[in-house]
Formats: sequence, C-alpha cells, structure tokens
Amino acid sequence: MKSRDLIKLLLYGLAMLGGGVFLLYALSGFGNRPRLIDQGVKDKILHMGNGSEPSGIDVHLTTGVQEHAIQMALTEGLMSEDPITLDPVPGMAERWDISEDGTVYTFYLRDALWSNGDSVTAQDFALSFKRALSASIGSEYSYMLFPLVNGEAYFKGEVEDFDQVGAKALDDKTLQITLEYSIPYFLSLINHHSWYPVHIASVEANGGFADRSNTWARLGTFVGNGPFVLHEWNVNSVLSVRKNPLYWDADSVKLNGINFYHIESLDTEERAFRAGQIHKTYKLPLPKIPHYIAEKDPRLLNAPYLGTYQYALNTSIKGLDDKRVRKALSMSIDRDSIVRNVTGAGEFPSYSIVPPDCAGYNSRSKVEYDVPEAQRLLAEAGYPGGEGFPKFSILYNTLESHKSIAEAIQQMWKENLGIEVGLENQEWKVYLDSKVRGDFDIVRFGWIGDYVDPNTFMDLYTGNSGNNNTRWASKEYDSLVVAASKENDPEKRLEIFQKAEEILVDEVPFIPIYYYMSTYLVDQRVKGLYPNLLDHHPYKHVYLEE
Amino acid sequence: MLRFVAIRLLQAIPVLLIISVVTFLMMKAAPGGPFDQEVKAMDEVIAALEAHYHLDKPAIQQYLIWLGNAIQGDLGPSFKYSNRSVNELIASSFPVSLELGLWAMMIALGLGIGAGVMASIRPNTTTDYLPMSVAMIGICVPRFVMGPILILVFAIYLQWYNASGWFFASDRVLPALTLGVYYAAYVARLTRGGMLEVLGQDYIRTARAKGASENRVILRHALKGGIRPVVSFFGPAMANLLAGSFIVETIFQIPGLGRFFILSAFNRDYTMLLGTVLFYSVLIIVLNLIADIVLVWLNPRMRFE
Amino acid sequence: MSDIADISNSQEAIDLAQAEKGASLWQDSWRRLRKNHLAVSGGAILLVTGFICLLGIWVGQPHDAQNLDLGATAPSAEHWLGTDMLGRDLLSRVLFGGRISLMVGLAATFVSLVIGVIYGTLSGYIGGKVDAVMMRIVDILYTIPFIIFVILLMVFFGRNLFLIFAAIGAVEWLTMARIVRGQVLSVKNEEFIEAARALGLSQARIIFRHMIPNVIGPVIVYATLTVPAVMLLEAVLSFLGLGVQAPATSWGALIKEGADAMEEYPWMLLFPGGTLAISLFCLNFLGDGLRDALDVRRSKD
Repeated sequence: MKSRDLIKLLLYGLAMLGGGVFLLYALSGFGNRPRLIDQGVKDKILHMGNGSEPSGIDVHLTTGVQEHAIQMALTEGLMSEDPITLDPVPGMAERWDISEDGTVYTFYLRDALWSNGDSVTAQDFALSFKRALSASIGSEYSYMLFPLVNGEAYFKGEVEDFDQVGAKALDDKTLQITLEYSIPYFLSLINHHSWYPVHIASVEANGGFADRSNTWARLGTFVGNGPFVLHEWNVNSVLSVRKNPLYWDADSVKLNGINFYHIESLDTEERAFRAGQIHKTYKLPLPKIPHYIAEKDPRLLNAPYLGTYQYALNTSIKGLDDKRVRKALSMSIDRDSIVRNVTGAGEFPSYSIVPPDCAGYNSRSKVEYDVPEAQRLLAEAGYPGGEGFPKFSILYNTLESHKSIAEAIQQMWKENLGIEVGLENQEWKVYLDSKVRGDFDIVRFGWIGDYVDPNTFMDLYTGNSGNNNTRWASKEYDSLVVAASKENDPEKRLEIFQKAEEILVDEVPFIPIYYYMSTYLVDQRVKGLYPNLLDHHPYKHVYLEE
Repeated sequence: MLRFVAIRLLQAIPVLLIISVVTFLMMKAAPGGPFDQEVKAMDEVIAALEAHYHLDKPAIQQYLIWLGNAIQGDLGPSFKYSNRSVNELIASSFPVSLELGLWAMMIALGLGIGAGVMASIRPNTTTDYLPMSVAMIGICVPRFVMGPILILVFAIYLQWYNASGWFFASDRVLPALTLGVYYAAYVARLTRGGMLEVLGQDYIRTARAKGASENRVILRHALKGGIRPVVSFFGPAMANLLAGSFIVETIFQIPGLGRFFILSAFNRDYTMLLGTVLFYSVLIIVLNLIADIVLVWLNPRMRFE
Repeated sequence: MSDIADISNSQEAIDLAQAEKGASLWQDSWRRLRKNHLAVSGGAILLVTGFICLLGIWVGQPHDAQNLDLGATAPSAEHWLGTDMLGRDLLSRVLFGGRISLMVGLAATFVSLVIGVIYGTLSGYIGGKVDAVMMRIVDILYTIPFIIFVILLMVFFGRNLFLIFAAIGAVEWLTMARIVRGQVLSVKNEEFIEAARALGLSQARIIFRHMIPNVIGPVIVYATLTVPAVMLLEAVLSFLGLGVQAPATSWGALIKEGADAMEEYPWMLLFPGGTLAISLFCLNFLGDGLRDALDVRRSKD
C-alpha cells in the first residue's frame, strides 16, 4: 500500500499548494491597484470596450460595427471623416476632380506609406476594388461597389476583364473612378470600409488574392496605412494597436495606442468601466440608461444614431393585406410613451423611415397617434372593436428590450383596438430564417444606414430589395427611388424622396417605432471624441488629458 | 485495471463517431445557416461562401470531408472567424478554461466536502444546519446573480479586483469563487447524504466498537464510502468545469472554451460546433472513466467490469 | 426456511425482513417523517406556496396589466412587492411565475428521477456488456449540444409545456443515472442482496424491494438539487423560444430580469429571488427528512 500512501500524500500536497497559491492570488488584489485608465492617461493609451470579438479585420470580409471601429484605426480610405459632422475630408487622396455630370472622379493620392514602408499607390486601390468585387471571396458588401461602371457585371461574371470596370490607375498616384450614374453622396459612400484599400503584396503572400481563408489579416502579416498598426490580438480578450510612425499625418495623432477590449456582455462592460478598466464603453445596457440620465452623469454620451426600429408587416396574409388594418395598427401605438417609459434613452419616436437630419433631409409625412381614427379604420375594414380579428403574433429575436417593447405594443393594441396579438421570441438565426422565408405576421426589424443619405433607407422597401420581407411592393415607389438616384439637383432629389416616403407612410408596409440612439459612457479625460450619426470616431482627433 | 481502461478507450471510438454523426445531422436540420445575417447577403455571395466551405456538396460528402480532416487532427476553419482554424481557437481557449476549472474544483471540493462531513457528524443539529444553510447559497443564488454581486462588492465598491478580464493573477479569484461556490453546494449536499448512508453501516459500527477515535472513523472509514455519490456526480461536472462555463466566462469576460461551445451553436459555426462537441466528448469520456476508476478504488468490494 | 435461519443473526436479515414487509416499511418511514418537524414545516410551506400561486391568479391584480407611466416602483401599499419596468405588479408576477416554475421544477425533476433511477439501476445491476452499452449511451447524450437540440424540438413540435418537461427531463436524468449506477454497483455485492438472491426472489423484486431502497438516499438528495437547476434551465429554454411566452413569466425569467436591474431596482431581484430561495430551503429540508425517513439502515437506531 506504499504507492497508495504516496498518492495520498501527493494529493494532500497538491491541495495545500493549490489553496496557498489561490490565497496568494486573492491577496494580490489588495493594496493600491493602479487603475488601468489612470495608467492609460499617463501612457496616452486609450482603453475602450468594443463589443464582441470581431470576425476579422480584413476590410473585404467583415460586416460589423466593432470590426469597422478597428479598421478605422488600421486603414485609411481615399477620404476620411470629420469627427463631428462626418463630412468627407481628404484621406489618402490629397485632392480630387469631379466631372460636370458627376460620374467621373479623379483622385490624386498623397505621398503616403504602408506600415511596412511601401508607398500607397493608385494600383493598390484599383486592385482592392477588384478584390471587393470578386465573387469568390464571398464579401457581403460587394454591392457597395456596384455604382462603379460594370461593377455589378464584373461581380456576376458578365464582364471578365477588370479593365472594363470604372476603377483605373492612370499612374502611380492618380486614380480614376467612373460611376454608372452620378451619386451626390459618393465621397461619403467611399468612407465605408468596403472601399478601403488592402496591401496587395501581403494578401498575395498569404494565400489567394480572393480567397476567403487568406491569413494575411492577422498579427505579424497585416500591413495597413492608417494612423495605428496592429500590436497584439488575443481572441475574446483584447486587440491593441499602437501609433504608426509612417502614417502621413502622424504628427497630428496624439494617442500612443488604443486597446480594444472585446466584451460580449454590456453589463460586464459597464462594470469594467466603473472599476476603472476602460475609458469608453461600446454601448450601455438598457435598464442603466435612465439612471445615468437622471443623475445627469457627465460621462454619458447619447446621440441619435442612423437607424430605425420598426415592425415589418407580412402584407400577404389575410387581415394585414388590408391597408386600413395596417394603418390602424400603426396609428394606435403611443410611441411617445414607448420612448419615454420603455426604451428611455431619449430616443425620438419614429413616424416614417428616414431618421431626422439625415444629410439635410427631414421627413414631412408622418403617421399620427390617433386612436379614434384607428378604431374607425379597423371597423371599416370589417373588424369593429377588434371583433373577428385574426390572431397574429409579433416575432422578435430574444432580447429583453425587444420583449418589453413588444409587450407594451401588445397591450396598446389590446386597449386601443380590442385585438389580441401573441408574442413569439426566437433565437437569432431561427428568427432570421423565419424573417427571410416570410414565416411571420409581424416581425421586429432594425435597419441601420450604411452611409449618411436618405437613399440607404429608401432602398430598403423597393421591390427588388433583399431585405424587404413584407411582400409589399409598389411600382410607383420603385420608380421614385430610381428617379431620385438619377436626379443631379440636390433640392429636387430630396423632394422626390419626400414623395416616395409619403407612399410608404400611406401604405404602411411596416410600422416605424423609434429612431436608434447610440449611448455609451466616456471618461471625462477623453477629448476629441464626438457623438455623431454613425458613431464613427476618427482616432487621430482623440486624445487623453491628465 | 489496464484491461478495463483499454476496453473503455476502444469503446470510445464508436461513441465519438456516433456523437459526430448525430451532432452533424442535428446541426444541419436546425434552421438558419452560418451566413445568415440581419442584412441578407446577395445570393451570389451566399453561393460563393457555401462553395468555399463545401456546403454546396451533398450532406454525406460534407460529413466525410470533415471526418477525413478530423481524423488527421484538422478540425477545419471557423466560419465565423474567417481566418482562424478551429484547432487554433480551441488550443488558445482551453488552457484558460482548464485553469479556471481547476481553481473552481479546488474550491468546490474543499468547501463542499468539508461542509458535508461536518454536517453529517451530528445530523439535524446546529452543526448540520449551519454549514448546509451556507451551502444552500450556492444553490439559491444562480451564477448570473452571484457573479455580478461579487463584482459589485469586490471590484466596484472595494476596488480590490478587476471587474472583468483574464490578465492578472488576481483576475482568477472572483470567477473561481462564483463557479466554485455553485459546485460546492452540490458537493456538500451529496457528501452529507453519502456520509449519512455510510455512517449507519456495519463496518463503521465495527470500527467504533474497536475503539477507533471518532476522527479516524470519519476520515479513514466513512469518507471513502460517503463521497461515492460525489464521485459519480463529479465525472460529468468536471467535464463541464474544464470545458468552461458559458455564464461565468461571459460575466467576467474570460477568453475560455465555454463561450465557443455555446456561441458556435448560436452562430451556426458548423466546424466550430463539431470541433467543440468532439473535444467535449473526449473530456466526458475520459473523466467518466476516471470517475469509474475512483469508484472502484474507494470500494474494495467492487470490481472493474 | 433454513436459509433464513442461517442469516437471521445478521443485520441484513432484519433489513430483508423489513423490506419484504413493504407496506410497513413505508408506514414506518411516514411515521419517522412526521416526527421531523423541520421536514414537515418545509413541506407545509411548499404546499402553501404552491396553493397561493394557483390562487393568486384569480384574486390578485392580473400579471400582465401594465402602467407604463408608473414604471418600476419600490414596494408600496398598493403594490406590496413593487412594480417592474412596465409598471406591472410584481406580487402577481411572482405568483404567476411560481405556478410555472413549481410545475416545471417538480414535474421535470420527477421525469428525470424516474428515468434516471430505473436506467441507472438496470445498468448497474445487470452489469457487463449491457452496462457498458447503456453507459456509453449516457456519454453520447451528455455531449449532444443542448441548444441545437432545443431549437430542433421547437422547430419540429412547436411550443408547448410538455416539450419543456421533455427537454429538461432529457438532460437532467443523465447524472442521476450515473449516481444511481455507482450506488448500485457498490451495493450489489453486499451480503443482503446475495441473501435475497439465495432466497430465490425474482430479479424485479430484488431491484425494487432491495436495491432501490438502498440507493434512495443520494437519489433524493440529487433530486432536490435538480429542482433549482431545472427551474433556471427553464429560463434558458425561454431564451431559445421554447419556454413560457411573454407576457407570461416564471421565477427564472423574473430573476434574470431582476439581475439585469439589481442596482437600479433591487426589489425586482430580491422578491423573486427570495421566494425561490425560501422554496428551495423548504424543499431541501423536506428532502433531508425524506432521506432520513427512508434510510433502511438508520431506521434500526
């Protein structure tokens, strides 16, 4: 039994050792723990929460907001953004010419370098656009480049020679872009990451040119042209970037680096902020927002965000195929009460689709909160007092806030119209599947603009939009949206949008509820970080003040 | 015993095959695919993605391709994290879960067995009710409540520890406690039950009658039989601990395997899901095997069979 | 009869004799249980809680009546436990949630108990190849990704309460089976079982009269541990769309909501959490009492 005793002794020893080490760990927490954010201010390192782990940093492969936040630090497109207004400002392009008819843009690139010392050329851009338009890479945002002449045709394989696409390097520093039609917001459009350049030599050295499994966009092989370079990347933990000395405007970059902490849970993130671990949160959990607002906490930043929270209606099923019913449903929702009591972050109630002040556009048409009129319409449609109304349910993906809103609306419809609707929550992917297959009556839906122009919202409800799940389509509406895209006069163009929006508000294929807000906490020593519609914060303007 | 272990390991092969087939079939049957997003991608893009990951091939072929690679130790690329492999993600996250799991196990066994034994010495008296009531905290307070409360007290008000992350030695303390106290409650109750069962048995009476000291009776004779239910419970529980706890890893933002295990299902990240399930299966098989060996070791009357 | 005379001196014979008089064993246990005041009051409180939950739906305010402008308020004369963020009375929600949680908790635990005990006993008692196959099946079921399993259940069968029990029962019996098997393996070579065999009792009789009573202690303890696990698992199922549908609620869902707002509106966590805790304490006292009462060995003391 000797060996058994030995094992026992070993186990006891291990247990004692384990207990001791754990105690040491526990004790190491006491005493003066330097708060990460205080150290960060000294070292000029910005610590920020950045949502869940990014799926990658390759600008052609990602779709998310948290990925874009990192890409903005590592890569710079032809243009950059004003930190307050988001207006396009010179980036890699020093200056540019636009042809009379607004379809040909000639960009003159500045003498800028990639982080490995190569110079940034017009060919880099042209080839990057080629990569973005290569179907084999499976880029969800390929369509962003469809305005290029033959862009869509190249993507679909109808044109095989990229020379026929409207993106040409005239020489090393001159890039000519030809569009199918004039786009008044083109210089803003190309601030989308799908228009960012990639370092072609690095791409080709680490896999196929348009191969999704290419491994160039990782620590060690990634080469960028932005104000920062990739420094460290631990999955589900932290991705850090440090100042890029080769960046053309390095002198105006005030931060030495940024640490992006990938924190999945918003509650965890908010607690990390209070424990002094991060300067800025990605978002703020819903129940906390009214509390911070009530306390008038100066660290709370709360700004309109370019997105609309809505309920899409399945207009192909009986009951909802009647415009009067749809209108009655929309008119009987007290949106003021919802934003005041349920969401509570100071959101604006939504009565149409385009958020206010979107590139100078403000919707004229709106649906009123008018219960008697809603009751009248419902009666007219054959359901007086909700009698005989079919049993619908509201479908939403599982989230506490979606649930609360659905519960509130369910109650409003019950009280105002006398109709009973059910609630149904589904897990995210199941919900997406039901939505696309049209397997719903009423479905919660959020639409975020890709760029600051009403067009990104108007596009959604055109007949050929892949994201219009309502089965509703109107030729008149479609033709107005097309007409707007061809209209060169900005005033007239917005006027056409007004007309199109009138149709949406009258036909009610969806029920707008409210416009999103971006809400987060920022330490007061962080300067130069301004709230704006896209929640973009060009980092070269950000600095930390002691 | 060697024969016993060898047989069990041989049995593991068909078990793993069945698990991978069942998981594959279930995964394929579940609605929603890896490339569904809020903004629906164009059909051409979906087609390109499916071609890239062989999802355009017949299901049986997809499975065989995966199996062929898996046998060679390659679990394939992650669909969600486009340029990382499943092997790499498991390799980087498992050590974290392993460390957290071991700390939690230490706490669970230390507190749990201690409390359970103490309670069983004089059942239905204060020395029983007190430790058992404390143990009940682990059961009544779910981990998603316990974690935040510990953070609020120790990280935010007292500022002793970080509220999240896995960077410093002291970052281990709160998550290990959250997880450990939960399992400690199970261990304590099972130990008490097991001990009471054993303390009534003849060999304990015999030992007492022979004049062995009470401490000796309890620690030497009774405990061996008393922790049998704990051992049965701890095989799978330990596998859960080592594979990582989704809840605790989320609350404390710990880069462990538990998050991948759950999120791969939510993301329909097929290769990641199959990979983590397979990994977890191996853990379960090995730990259940160890539990069965310990059971025999604790009871000389039992045989390996 | 000489066999019995041979072993009549050993304790096992007394056990055996007692166990063979099945009815009196249960009567004995019941008598012992009644003497355990803690267990009796635990059971009584549980019963009362269950009764109030059922009754509360008819006498109290409706659980889904909102008052958006009121919002979350602390306990007051009008709302004894306060209100939630949509201004709903927390008391009526706790009572309504209790109905669902108690039902799911007890029913699913019972399902897992029955399956687990029978499966574990058979596996351990028969042993050999059967045991190996049965236990490998358990290994396989352990690793089935639960989330996908639940999603599939919902897709193929839709949403109903029976499925909740099925889904929870399907995972919770596994550990139960392992514990029971472990106990059975250690008991089956003991003298009293051999004695029972020697008496030529039928297999079923040996299993149900002698085996199961001797392993019942850990089973009851683990069953009382299963109830809280099941109640919280129900909240996970709700997340996946299978559990109770809003505005209906359960304790698990209420505690989750309360946990999210524990600093702002502590009562939203305190009351549902407190109710759950009290119920679990009662359940455990009852469980311990049952365990003691059913302990065939201690009964001789």
